[in-house]
Amino acid sequence: MSATVNSAATPARQPRGYNFAFLDENTKREIRRKLLKAVAIPGYQVPFASPELPIARGWGTGGLQITMAIIGPEDVLKVIDQGCDGSVNAVNIRNLLVKTTGVDTTFDTTAASIVQTRHRVPEEPMRADQILVLQVPIPEPLRYVEASEAKTREMHGEMDYSRMWVYLYENIVQYGEISIGARYPSLVNRRYLMDPSPIPRWDVPKLSMSPTLHLFGAGREKRIYAVPPHTLVEPLEFEDFRFRVEEFSGRSCLRCGATDTYMNELFDRVSGQKLYACSDSGYCDKRRAAQERRAD
Amino acid sequence: MAVEQEIVLTVRNLSKLYGPGCPDCLSLTGPEAGTNICPRCHTIVACNGVSFELESGEILGIVGESGSGKSTLVRCLYFDEDATSGECCFSAFGDGRANAFAQTSQARRYIRNHLLGIVYQNPLMGIKPHFTAGGNVAEKLLTADVYNVSAIRQRAAALLERTEVPLARMDDFPAHFSGGMQQRVQIAKALANNPPVLLLDEVTTGLDVSVQARVLDLIKEIQQDLGIAMLVVSHDLGVIRILADRTAVMQHGQVLEFGLTDQILEDPQHRYTQLLVHSTL
Repeated sequence: MSATVNSAATPARQPRGYNFAFLDENTKREIRRKLLKAVAIPGYQVPFASPELPIARGWGTGGLQITMAIIGPEDVLKVIDQGCDGSVNAVNIRNLLVKTTGVDTTFDTTAASIVQTRHRVPEEPMRADQILVLQVPIPEPLRYVEASEAKTREMHGEMDYSRMWVYLYENIVQYGEISIGARYPSLVNRRYLMDPSPIPRWDVPKLSMSPTLHLFGAGREKRIYAVPPHTLVEPLEFEDFRFRVEEFSGRSCLRCGATDTYMNELFDRVSGQKLYACSDSGYCDKRRAAQERRAD
Repeated sequence: MAVEQEIVLTVRNLSKLYGPGCPDCLSLTGPEAGTNICPRCHTIVACNGVSFELESGEILGIVGESGSGKSTLVRCLYFDEDATSGECCFSAFGDGRANAFAQTSQARRYIRNHLLGIVYQNPLMGIKPHFTAGGNVAEKLLTADVYNVSAIRQRAAALLERTEVPLARMDDFPAHFSGGMQQRVQIAKALANNPPVLLLDEVTTGLDVSVQARVLDLIKEIQQDLGIAMLVVSHDLGVIRILADRTAVMQHGQVLEFGLTDQILEDPQHRYTQLLVHSTL
């Protein structure tokens, strides 16, 4: 049934032998159903049935399947990896999606309707008509403290997060602060503890009360979860040890001069200096282009 | 003694069966039948219609041989095991009328985290050897919704000091502690949330005699200073004599005799109690 429906909608650029967006319609429907459930229960990990895929699991297949299930011919796609549009993982996923859908792509966050990302939330605020799809390697935040999946599901069911708290307490005792960099455990909608995928702490506050729909896909573990628009996301913190984002004060991007972005540290072997550059390459390029226009 | 005491815990007709169960399980087992295995369906009747009331600040002893059902009773009260039937009411929960066994797992977790403390015979059941000593106490406080690191550390330090765990070892792992010290960490943890009811399951068994004496002193002190009601389970009449105000004697899952500890030890009524008392003295 799906084949006839889709052959009519198939864009001219799409090669033969594939359904639109590679996955067959039944698989997409399965993923969409689970997406609806994930949106209905913010932060809850919904298992989904997943077919064989053209790239190995663990290479962004969770995000890829979500994107394939929601993308349409009119969408404009942006794919980033660690904030960068040009790294291998992003390029390959983008090429695959373009090949199987024929959609337009962009590097500009504001121009995209779907952004698939690994490890970053774009610097520019996203809107209600956009969807951010995150690739997740380890969906279970309690995996730090409990190896058994059966146990962690029970802990989520009973909202028993004391062991995560003890982990944070022990961190403070040992290091004087909470040492978790990425994957900072956060409570969604005051109910489910969520692994916000390995985005830096810098990006966690961006998920909270945002107008954008955030979808998280873990391909290896076959789990989908979501932070719907205008949903509270609270990083775990003690009354006297507050959650903090990374500190970049006094540093600026060597390319665009920004001082208010998440930055990568680069080491210049010749001068022995540490240099910093925006991790979000699309945003950095946009700022540079604007600076050049002004200079002209 | 005649002063009217507030009752903090009421247990009525608690039974715990392991097996398929049949209508005759409870009547065909017990001290008279001389077994706790139902002859008809081979179900093990670990607890059979146990009832008692625990008054605030008192220590109630439960004594009996191995397999008499005393540990099962404690495990049911801490919700480690689901009781097959019976009721259990905490004065601090649901006006003292709600049956804790019938509550949702969240509500039972609340009772466990806020109203109960437990000390197991094996310290490693109650504490996590790879959390620090302070972290173990912190866990109990965190389950009781204290989210302030310095408050947690102060309270943990006070409790560990109280239970004679050297403060220098607060941030060490109990995996590296002696058995007696692990047991004291476990007691500190059980006391962390100031529970109105503390369950002690064979706390001194397996400790050497001098350590036993200090743990018993500690328990007695805690009871006198904090007025916590305790349920002390032991097969050792010596422990019961030192700690308990009132005592229940259990055999084959049933309570045989119930009364003031002195009375039970000096003038045992039931044949089994007489045997128990005379064989130890």
